[in-house]
Amino acid sequence: MTQTAKIAWKDVTIRFGRQTVLDGLRLEAAEGRSLVIIGGSGEGKSVMLKTALGLIAPDKGRVEIDGRAVRPGQEDDPGVAQIGMLFQSGALFDSLPVWKNVSFRLLHRDHMQADEARERALEALDQVDLDHDVADKRPSQLSGGMLKRAALARAIAARPKILFFDEPTTGLDPVTADVINKLISRQVKQLGATAVSITHDMVSMRAIADDVAMIKDGGILWSGPLNGVETCENSEVCRFVRGESEIA
Amino acid sequence: MNPLRAVGAGVLTLLHAAGSVTWFAIRALAAAVRPPWFGGQLLGQLFRIGFLSLPVVGLTALFTGAALALNIYTGGARFNAESFVPNIVALGIVRELGPVIAALMLAGRVSSGIAAEIGAMRATEQIDALHTLSTDPMRYLIAPRIVAGVIVLPILVFIADVIGVFGGFLVSTNTLDFDATVYVRNTVDILERWDVISGLIKAAVFGFLLTLMGCYHGYNAQGGAQGVGRAATNAVVSAAVLIFAANFLLTSLFV
Ligand SMILES: Nc1ncnc2c1ncn2[C@@H]1O[C@H](COP(=O)(O)OP(=O)(O)OP(=O)(O)O)[C@@H](O)[C@H]1O
Ligand SMILES: [Mg+2]
Repeated sequence: MTQTAKIAWKDVTIRFGRQTVLDGLRLEAAEGRSLVIIGGSGEGKSVMLKTALGLIAPDKGRVEIDGRAVRPGQEDDPGVAQIGMLFQSGALFDSLPVWKNVSFRLLHRDHMQADEARERALEALDQVDLDHDVADKRPSQLSGGMLKRAALARAIAARPKILFFDEPTTGLDPVTADVINKLISRQVKQLGATAVSITHDMVSMRAIADDVAMIKDGGILWSGPLNGVETCENSEVCRFVRGESEIA
Repeated sequence: MNPLRAVGAGVLTLLHAAGSVTWFAIRALAAAVRPPWFGGQLLGQLFRIGFLSLPVVGLTALFTGAALALNIYTGGARFNAESFVPNIVALGIVRELGPVIAALMLAGRVSSGIAAEIGAMRATEQIDALHTLSTDPMRYLIAPRIVAGVIVLPILVFIADVIGVFGGFLVSTNTLDFDATVYVRNTVDILERWDVISGLIKAAVFGFLLTLMGCYHGYNAQGGAQGVGRAATNAVVSAAVLIFAANFLLTSLFV
């Protein structure tokens, strides 16, 4: 990674009670590149993203965006304000129709007029391959895969400089997953965004990653460009990607 | 366990809870008095907390006024004081029963609803999502509900006062042989402005307490559906207890 770091996890330690989830984790996400984080279930991938969003305060260390430490709990933090986040569970507001969800930031933060915001919401729905009649539905009326895509539309609608995707293709059919993968690549390549994605989908990883990092036991086991995974630089990463368990 | 230690632990837990409720209330008030405001959210809450509560509050007030009239009549008859029914009904409703009963009904209807809704939003990461959309949940979710409670309760209680007195009037003129004009004149004569206003001040305080309890327990809900259920229960119980306690305090201030 030769570019400057857009986001840097600096010795981040997170504990829940007696459980240490992240243990001095260090990682950088280079500006304008797509970083994919892989690792076993429950290793702390989602927690990593939430720390960078200021939703979880680190017990030790800090996360820096553009070289400035993220202040936990501050919704107007200039670093966090650049991030569009797709939550693993979608986290759409079920009291609002889909289009108001998608354009929430435009309506409330950027004070855009309703018709203009709706246009932008429809545009974002197009990008995630959702029909316009979804716009006026409530999140509770959507299928799991549609929810995921609507949530993805919300993450990209305000054209953020940083994108966080927590399992963007989970629960999608292969064709839709391909649409989403291409969308993520396009956001990075055309708009120059920095993307950090968590995925268990190795097809997706190959499609969207410039760089890959594998998390294990609270730290980064290996990180490097995608071809490092393909050339099997680290045997454990290699096994993980091939889906081989350690039990012979 | 050492009994002294158990008492000490209990006191500490209580103090800790009181502290965190107070801190939550301060943050909510700070969010309510400074922009940005979410007017649409406030209007929605005024409608849900206020307008939709009208039937419950109206019906309970009507029956309470009617029952109060009957009780005062029976009691008054023991020392030939039946003629005081209109006066005591009016004072009882306006100073005490109107605010307390309306607030208790709203603790059941509104505090639990708020706690469940916000608790579910917490459980499904919607509150985290607000954060990532650069929106302070205190401003978007909490402040509008509390402000709506403070505005709406006095209005609801005023309506409850009128309906409650009317309940007493109905029973008295239909079954207790009171003359309608005399009843109305006695009611109007006995009531002073302060009787009504003190009741409405109580109402505003109750409105603050019952929405605060709903928001606090919902916001701090933990552990999925079970946690949401617990939050709703705790909201109703704590709101009811606080309403009674505040009622006593305010009454002793106002007499
Ligand atoms: N709010 C919380 N309170 C307590 N423990 C938590 C909390 N959030 C996460 N954890 C714990 O932290 C660990 C890491 O959770 P995390 O959600 O980051 O896993 P993950 O790597 O994203 O897994 P998956 O791939 O299954 O989504 C888990 O053991 C989880 O139990
Ligand atoms: Mg996760």
